[in-house]
Amino acid sequence: MRMMNRRQFLKSAGAGLLAAGSLDRLARLASAQQETIPIGVVYPLTGSLARIGASIKNAIELATDIVNTPSDLDLPLARDAGLPRLRGARLRLVWADSKGDPATGRAEAERLIEGERVAAVIGSYQSAVTATASLAAEAKGIPFLNPESSSPRLTDRNFAWFFRTGPHDITFTKLFYDMMDDLKQRGRAISRVAILSEDTEFGATATGVEEGFAQRYGYNVVARELYTSPPASLDAELLRIRRVNPDVVFGQNYLVDAVLIIRSLKEMRWFPPAFVVHDAGWVVPDYLQTVGNDGNYIITRVSWALGMSGRKPLVARVNSLYRQRYGTDMDETNARSFTGLLALATAINQAGSTRAEAIRGALHDLRIPGRQLIMPWAGIEFDAHGQNKHAAGLMAQILNKEYKVVWPFDLAETDLVWPAPAWERR
Amino acid sequence: MDFVLQAALNGVLLGLVYGLVALGLSLIWGVTDIVNLAHAEYLMLGMYATYWLWALAHIDPLYAIPLVVPAFFLFGYVTYRVLIRRILSAPMVSQIFATFGLLFFLRYSAFAAFGPNVRGIWGSRLEGSVPLGGLVLSLPKGAAALAALCTFAGLWLFLNRTRTGKALQATAQDHRVAQTLGIDTEQMFALSWGIGIGAVGVAAVFLSPFYQTSPAIGDAFLLLAFSSVVLGGFGTVSGALVGGLCIGLVENVLGALIAPTFKLLFVFVVFIAVLLVRPAGLVGK
Repeated sequence: MRMMNRRQFLKSAGAGLLAAGSLDRLARLASAQQETIPIGVVYPLTGSLARIGASIKNAIELATDIVNTPSDLDLPLARDAGLPRLRGARLRLVWADSKGDPATGRAEAERLIEGERVAAVIGSYQSAVTATASLAAEAKGIPFLNPESSSPRLTDRNFAWFFRTGPHDITFTKLFYDMMDDLKQRGRAISRVAILSEDTEFGATATGVEEGFAQRYGYNVVARELYTSPPASLDAELLRIRRVNPDVVFGQNYLVDAVLIIRSLKEMRWFPPAFVVHDAGWVVPDYLQTVGNDGNYIITRVSWALGMSGRKPLVARVNSLYRQRYGTDMDETNARSFTGLLALATAINQAGSTRAEAIRGALHDLRIPGRQLIMPWAGIEFDAHGQNKHAAGLMAQILNKEYKVVWPFDLAETDLVWPAPAWERR
Repeated sequence: MDFVLQAALNGVLLGLVYGLVALGLSLIWGVTDIVNLAHAEYLMLGMYATYWLWALAHIDPLYAIPLVVPAFFLFGYVTYRVLIRRILSAPMVSQIFATFGLLFFLRYSAFAAFGPNVRGIWGSRLEGSVPLGGLVLSLPKGAAALAALCTFAGLWLFLNRTRTGKALQATAQDHRVAQTLGIDTEQMFALSWGIGIGAVGVAAVFLSPFYQTSPAIGDAFLLLAFSSVVLGGFGTVSGALVGGLCIGLVENVLGALIAPTFKLLFVFVVFIAVLLVRPAGLVGK
């Protein structure tokens, strides 16, 4: 048997240790690469809002891929693979279906937190579901980020774990009235407001905000019709609104409702001088795919419009990635979802930890500059209530089946059409 | 005055459509004693069938009847043979769970096949409206109401003027006695499902030009269909028509006059009041 001398032993041992060290580094590298951070995602993936849930899912998956794989986009975390301060750990989305139902949304959020041990939860589109799902996160002490729900009450609750990146209905509704005041200064006679709204947290709250602003700005609310979505018919509601002859109708309506409203208005051979809406169903691609040019002249508040890409090339780049993958353009709602996921990922990275308390702290300290967003906002920075201070909106009008920014007038892509032409002149 | 008349006209047209949607439910309930909770899912599938015929084969809903209705007759017949026959003498709870399961099976099959998108027919021959004095008559709703009346009349003639129809009625009254009289009750049960689902096919075709479909759209009609059947009279065909008309009128006229927010409240106040006075429904015995 060949004996190993001391020099040979030291050489072999050294080489062995070196190899072991490399292996250890390799193993650590591999484990870092495999390390994933579970994020709970609660949206309506089935039920009457499933179409919107599907488009939000697309945008959130795109944002996650942008975080997980390196690219040259000027978005938060885009240039590295994964989260650099967590050794390149990737985000892993754990999806849950709220079915559009508040009780299911809460149960699913609880399941994600307790069963899947998610680091944070993002969701849930409808204000009513966001309200209950975020209750689960609050009770368990897990950060909940909401990109799309617009009920002001969500941030008024002063929850410790709730954050909203998007604007709420007070911000949005103020846009309606500021726009109308601008129009009045240009000689339009606008005083009579009618409201047609679905009756859950989203619609009922927005209706209250609209009525409050009407009083403050000196407008007269002449009709206020709430219905349960999806409605079998809206004939009675629209008949009452037509009778009071409003100057403008405000709408908070989901997709099925929006299509039905246009059908019913066309059958009635009547269209109000202006129909101003809180996006929702009116900005889902299915709306224009179904109603075509009959869907024109609706004026909607938006946080995002493809028309912004002229001033912000990042919008066009992200939209083109989205289009390559899903065959359609992004929409106003899922652009907010996309941005929300990036904000959450940035906070987790800045926390450098998946501990809930650390992520919450990072969300409070979060500062994302406007140039790194696809939104027309000055940035993302949360106030003490968890509301993004810089969330803002624009007004867009559907013209030739495209959403064109029409107000503020200095940012407008094209002229606002007010009053809308009667059906026979279209 | 025009306002009230317009609301009443809308109510009559929509009421007849609700009646047409409820017709099949009532017939199936009357003959087989099965509460078909999946009823509105057949409506949803019928609307998809009409939509795809329009989108892919450019067949206008007006001409889709000869294709959709026989297919849905067959669909109902097969549903009976494959599923319902096996639970006919099962406890009521089992029957309810079976049709509830069928509801989810049909809804999520549509979801898997067609995705969550909302699909609607736009630009069919049955679109728009015509002025009628100071009122406006919706063409698609008018056509649907006419189709409802024709379907009810056809079914009434079939039930009262043909041997098979009378056999069906006998089965509905007492299937054991009908069996002793030599009626093939099994065949009658299957036939009631065929006719019931075929009638939903008619409703689906005529709803399509003025209502859009998606996998969960049945939710908008299921409660109205059940209310029509119960209000009109359990298991009676004419009851579905009367019940549907009553609901359409109440929700549109009282809704327009007082507040549409409460239109379902008005419907159910009338509903409870009628059932207190006539527990078997307006035309039930």
